Amino acid sequence: MSATIQPPASQRDADAALSKGDAKAASELVSWKAGIGLGLLAVLGTVLFGLLANDKLAGFRIAEARDPNASTVAAWVTLAVALAASAYLAYLWAARRRQGGPVDRWIPAAALAAVVVLGLAALGVARLEKVAAPSMAVGWICSAVLLALAGYAIFLTTQRRPAPRWVGGVFAVVFLVGFLVWIVAGGRDSEPSISLGGLLAGSVTLAVPLVFGSLSGVLCERVGVVNIAIEGQLLLGAFSAAVVATVTGNVYFGLISAGVAGALVSLVLAVVSIKYLVNQIIVGVVLNVLISGLTSFLFSTLLTADPEHLNKPGRLDPVDIPFLADIPVIGPILFHQSLVGYLMYAAVIVVYVGLFHTKWGLRVRAVGEHPQAADTVGINVNRTRFRNVLMGGAIAGIGGSFFTLVSVDAFSKDMSGGRGYIALAALIFGRWNPIGAFLAALLFGFADNLQSIITIIGSPVPSQFMAMLPYALTVIAVAGLVGRSRPPAASGIPYVKG
Amino acid sequence: MKLELRGITKRFGSLVANDHIDLVVEPGQVHCLLGENGAGKSTLMNVLYGLYDPTEGEILIDGKPVVFKDPGQAMAAGIGMVHQHFMLIPVFTVAENVALGNETTKTGGFLDVEATRRRIRQISDQYGFDVDPDAMVEDLPVGVQQRVEIIKALVRDAEILILDEPTAVLTPQETDELLDIIRQLKRDGKSIVFISHKLREVKEISDIITVIRRGKVVGQAEPTASTTELASAMVGRAVRLTLEKGAPRTGDVTFKVRNLTVVNPNGQRVVDGLSFDIAKGEVLAIAGVQGNGQTELTEAILGVQPHASGSVTLDGEELLGRSVKQVLGAGVGFVPEDRTVHGLVGTFSISENMILDLYDKAPFASGLGMKPSVISENAAKKVEEFDVRTPSVTAAVGTLSGGNQQKVVLARELSRPLRLFIASQPTRGLDVGSIEFVHKRVIAERDHGTPVMIVSTELDEVVQLADRIAVLYRGRLVGIVPATTSRDVLGLMMAGVPAEEAEASVKAHAGTNPHAVPEAAGREGESDV
Amino acid sequence: MSEKTTPEPAAPAGKHAAKEPAADSPMQASPVEDVASGVVIDTAGGNIPPSAVPSSSQSGSIRPGPGDSLLRQIFTGNAMVSLLSVVLAIVLGGILMAVTNPKVAATAGYFFAQPGDLLTEVFRPYAALVQGSIFNWAGTDTAAQLYPITETLTVSTPLICAGLGVALAFRAGLFNIGAQGQIIFGALFGAYIGFTWHLPVGLHLLVVIVAGLIGGAVWGGVVGLLKARTGAHEVIVTIMLNYIANFLLLFLLTTPAFQRKGSTNPISPFLDQNALFPELLGPQFRLHAGFLVAVLATAFVWWLLNRSTVGFEFRAVGANASAAQTAGINVARSTILVMAIAGALAGLAGITQVSGTEKYLSGGVAASIGFDAITVALLGRSTPWGTFFAGLLFGAFRAGGVAMQAQTQTPIDIVLVIQSLIVLFIAAPPLVRAIFGLNPRKKKPTQGGTAGSKASGVKSGAAA
Repeated sequence: MSATIQPPASQRDADAALSKGDAKAASELVSWKAGIGLGLLAVLGTVLFGLLANDKLAGFRIAEARDPNASTVAAWVTLAVALAASAYLAYLWAARRRQGGPVDRWIPAAALAAVVVLGLAALGVARLEKVAAPSMAVGWICSAVLLALAGYAIFLTTQRRPAPRWVGGVFAVVFLVGFLVWIVAGGRDSEPSISLGGLLAGSVTLAVPLVFGSLSGVLCERVGVVNIAIEGQLLLGAFSAAVVATVTGNVYFGLISAGVAGALVSLVLAVVSIKYLVNQIIVGVVLNVLISGLTSFLFSTLLTADPEHLNKPGRLDPVDIPFLADIPVIGPILFHQSLVGYLMYAAVIVVYVGLFHTKWGLRVRAVGEHPQAADTVGINVNRTRFRNVLMGGAIAGIGGSFFTLVSVDAFSKDMSGGRGYIALAALIFGRWNPIGAFLAALLFGFADNLQSIITIIGSPVPSQFMAMLPYALTVIAVAGLVGRSRPPAASGIPYVKG
Repeated sequence: MKLELRGITKRFGSLVANDHIDLVVEPGQVHCLLGENGAGKSTLMNVLYGLYDPTEGEILIDGKPVVFKDPGQAMAAGIGMVHQHFMLIPVFTVAENVALGNETTKTGGFLDVEATRRRIRQISDQYGFDVDPDAMVEDLPVGVQQRVEIIKALVRDAEILILDEPTAVLTPQETDELLDIIRQLKRDGKSIVFISHKLREVKEISDIITVIRRGKVVGQAEPTASTTELASAMVGRAVRLTLEKGAPRTGDVTFKVRNLTVVNPNGQRVVDGLSFDIAKGEVLAIAGVQGNGQTELTEAILGVQPHASGSVTLDGEELLGRSVKQVLGAGVGFVPEDRTVHGLVGTFSISENMILDLYDKAPFASGLGMKPSVISENAAKKVEEFDVRTPSVTAAVGTLSGGNQQKVVLARELSRPLRLFIASQPTRGLDVGSIEFVHKRVIAERDHGTPVMIVSTELDEVVQLADRIAVLYRGRLVGIVPATTSRDVLGLMMAGVPAEEAEASVKAHAGTNPHAVPEAAGREGESDV
Repeated sequence: MSEKTTPEPAAPAGKHAAKEPAADSPMQASPVEDVASGVVIDTAGGNIPPSAVPSSSQSGSIRPGPGDSLLRQIFTGNAMVSLLSVVLAIVLGGILMAVTNPKVAATAGYFFAQPGDLLTEVFRPYAALVQGSIFNWAGTDTAAQLYPITETLTVSTPLICAGLGVALAFRAGLFNIGAQGQIIFGALFGAYIGFTWHLPVGLHLLVVIVAGLIGGAVWGGVVGLLKARTGAHEVIVTIMLNYIANFLLLFLLTTPAFQRKGSTNPISPFLDQNALFPELLGPQFRLHAGFLVAVLATAFVWWLLNRSTVGFEFRAVGANASAAQTAGINVARSTILVMAIAGALAGLAGITQVSGTEKYLSGGVAASIGFDAITVALLGRSTPWGTFFAGLLFGAFRAGGVAMQAQTQTPIDIVLVIQSLIVLFIAAPPLVRAIFGLNPRKKKPTQGGTAGSKASGVKSGAAA
């Protein structure tokens, strides 16, 4: 049945009234989905990375530092900081474990991040410039690990025990490594190589509009409004940024106008779906068509006629954060961003903290979960929804400015290219959580960037299939995950008072 | 604080839900609003609480007229409300629910959860509530959820507390505890508006009773007034307080449930090893507080629960593991507990709803084609037979009143030969006329020789309809007892006490428990009104 | 949860209760209130998500007719709203074209001297649109004069088929945004059979059509399968499958199996003559028998939805999946089946492209038909014949748009704007009525607007 159907109140009461302690029964519910899925992927991996591997070396260049001395210093400092952080987190973790108390969810995540940073800093300290992997050997090793993990998961399922979470995580990482080595080794050159730093930095850059888009989705869905119009918000944001920045000669005005444009799309969405109670999904879809037509029309009539005065916005250039930008690998990825990129980090943090730690967030989530309850404690449901939808639109609009102020410095027809929909998928993949959506968007950005890099070096796979990758990944993500995540209960349901 | 309502009128379109209602609630007084479902009690309280604008009339607090644009203003004026369907967010903690709309914040709008926790503990201690501020609401039993609702009102310094049908979801014992809490609140000088259609508790707790019928105040009564008197004032005619039904003529046992277990998606056993039989011509009522596995039990029999194990046989035929269509085809009539969500398609016409589970059977269809004329003729006939009040069979079923909607469901389910009839909460939210109609139909089906299973959380209904009563607690069968079992025993069983222990405990306390005494005598005159 | 706070929108059921379900009587209800009560019924009081179809397209009547004067019904009814929506969208489109047209600015300068010039300039694109879609008054003979209307029918054909696919899925509660991909798959399957096999007259076309239906059904069915088995939201899945289908098509057109011999362009060989739809009016017109197939498809969908048990299942699942399940309808099976049939209808649209209009397969075979189909279905309120006429209207826009672009250099994108505006307005009748001041008499003028809007049961969000 539809996953969006809200369980009737009575049923939820029933779930609530029963004690959660009956863990013994949980074993009866272990699904075969995980085991079979991993098994199929492991076989696929074996065929690709093992059987179809060639005997070339796959090269991964570590980004070369602009200032080696500064870079080394930064690497050492980062190494020290990361070491200290890892040690502290490990201590915390162990301490919690020993007390028998629950480990806060952020601790393992932060520990993992610290270790990754540690490793990258170590690479910088070692001044390693390039890693070359023999594709055949790595391919077979990865295949073996994948098959072993899948076998373990299936074994656990036969024992009616769920596979622990690390199995999936390790599987994903190993699969990714195997895939990268295989695909890079398949390049045209005799010793093909790609820039690892470029791959990662590009991923973050490509993820920028996705992150803004999915944050817009988070703000809207958390308050109970499905926002399909992200695509339109991005597009109008891009258009408006280009035109306003050109006309005023100031890219910052362009940036602001992008936010306003996104909010404008939201305004229509809000009026029609909240005030006039039209199905939210329908309004979103129609708005996307409207914005696409409108911007294309204006582009064809006005912008192409006089690009000099209407479609030459200039650029928001990347800004280095002193010192931090010099850290090898990490620096160029995180601290060599445009203003829009930094705004993205800020937006993720603000939305996350806002939603889960402030009065505003509490009310927003209440409206999205149970609008009647919110109404009975004096919260104006539709006003809250209206406000959030506008905010979401503004955020997506700013994300749209990425296309015309950062990525390319001119507007062109339908230049958002469906990223609004991928942002929507990132939101679901990220389980309606700003941080989750951010990470999911990074994943999609990675797929997107990998695709374009591979196309450049040439690949064993036809380019059209590489181009499919982000979309196929989205389908797999959405199909594989939805069963485990639950949208805000009132999402998509208009609120009729009285 | 003194509350006064003057000439409150509320219209929805041409429907007058409240017609010039006057009401005075004195400080420290428990004022009962008595009226049957649909009489306009809840509408009146929603007007008072700022959820609806009154069409006419005014509200005075301590003699001063006030206007509430939204519940926030009503709360600020010292009015608190505990809704019949709790207004709690299941995925929030108790503290978050209590804080919502009345948040204590640190600088910058950050939530100060600790301050809320302190307030909750303080109120918990004062009234002996025992509520953990950090518990997730969806994990709490219904009775505790109700206390969270009361805390919500008290945190906001409510002086007037409106309780809308507060006992609907409680066991008799929990009801007694609630009544004690109300007495405590009254001692603290709070005014209580107690809305109910249950005469027993109204008589027990109230200082004064106002009876409302079809949107109008029809009179005031003292709690000493007789049950019959109150009942007829409420319904507007003499009501028979007991359902006339003959002794069951039971036949063979045709419906058997053995070791039925249902596991929910979180892995909890929500129905745990149930075994029972129903004979032809017998009504087995499943009693229990809401959320003790009743929904899952009926769903498992119907075939919509994916994780059910055990055995359910009808005439020796295994039903478990069959599709819903096969189960219905085996002659099972099913009235779901939530008619608007599970029983009917609101935007479909009455005609189509009348054949919702018969659409592919003769005479309504042959092959892939359906026969619209047969379908509407059938609807016209059934509307007549079941007295469904509607301008036309093409009207969307969602435009009908609750009682008429339920009649459509019954008409559909009872219109084919049945070998088992299951009705879940068959009279929830219905007025007395409709309740009488539904009950008569159920008994008629029983007398027709069909095994009948009634699931109800209303003890009155259970006692009236049942030939035997099975009590569920946390998915387990506490026991199956005869319909003559006393209310107190049933109440204890609904709290998980086995039948013999419950009998013993009731006997031991018979002399000391003040609430038990009127019970034996009162049962006679009790009705489900 | 909401049973109490959302009053059942009807009279109490007592023995003596008034006969009419009064709360929604049009005599008192404002349009917003009407919509609100419809939404309350549709969502079972906020407990289930709203269905994808306006409640007026369902079998139950929310507003019983009697009680309103005929005239009032005409002026406030659905037909009037539809007409006004079209007018409003055309006016807004005209304004957009006028402000972006430098000639208009020039003529506006001397507007008062020669107002005709400005108006001519403003109306020129629309005149070209009519001339290109209905009747060419400048044509030299009857054939040339009637050519536009046959073009409209030709262009409408795939729009109608794909629109039916989208509408059918809407009726089952599924937002099928994937007509684009389903058209591609239908065209892919059909075209391959069309240029590789060589069968007798009649049979070949039939086989091609069946192949196209299967192709679309496969691509649509996948969506249904994923939705039913994993709960993946069909909006995202269909959009992603559109991209995947498109890249797959581009890839195949570079392979020897599909690419035309001796061509470097990614296009397929021409289909066999036997695999093509016969021309209806001779070789000087593009109109082909595919249009008749579209008419048949419309009739079929009408029968399916309104007269068949399968369609009853679809509609029930779409309007209230919980109730459908309780009534013994297999929701998962319905979801898969309806997506397969919807896909097949879109696949048929692909066939009318490759076997009728285009005669070969290229990367642009689906153009933007799949997306236009969504607006077509919405405009048609998801009813089969509504979709048919919406398809004709948007076909006229498309056909006329091409002529307009050629004659007046107005980009055809304006058609997208007008289409989406029409759909947006039609979806919100109270908005249109408010714009044209057609709202039924105001209630209680003494209490003013605030009371009116609050009593209507919907807090005005605009007040925020």
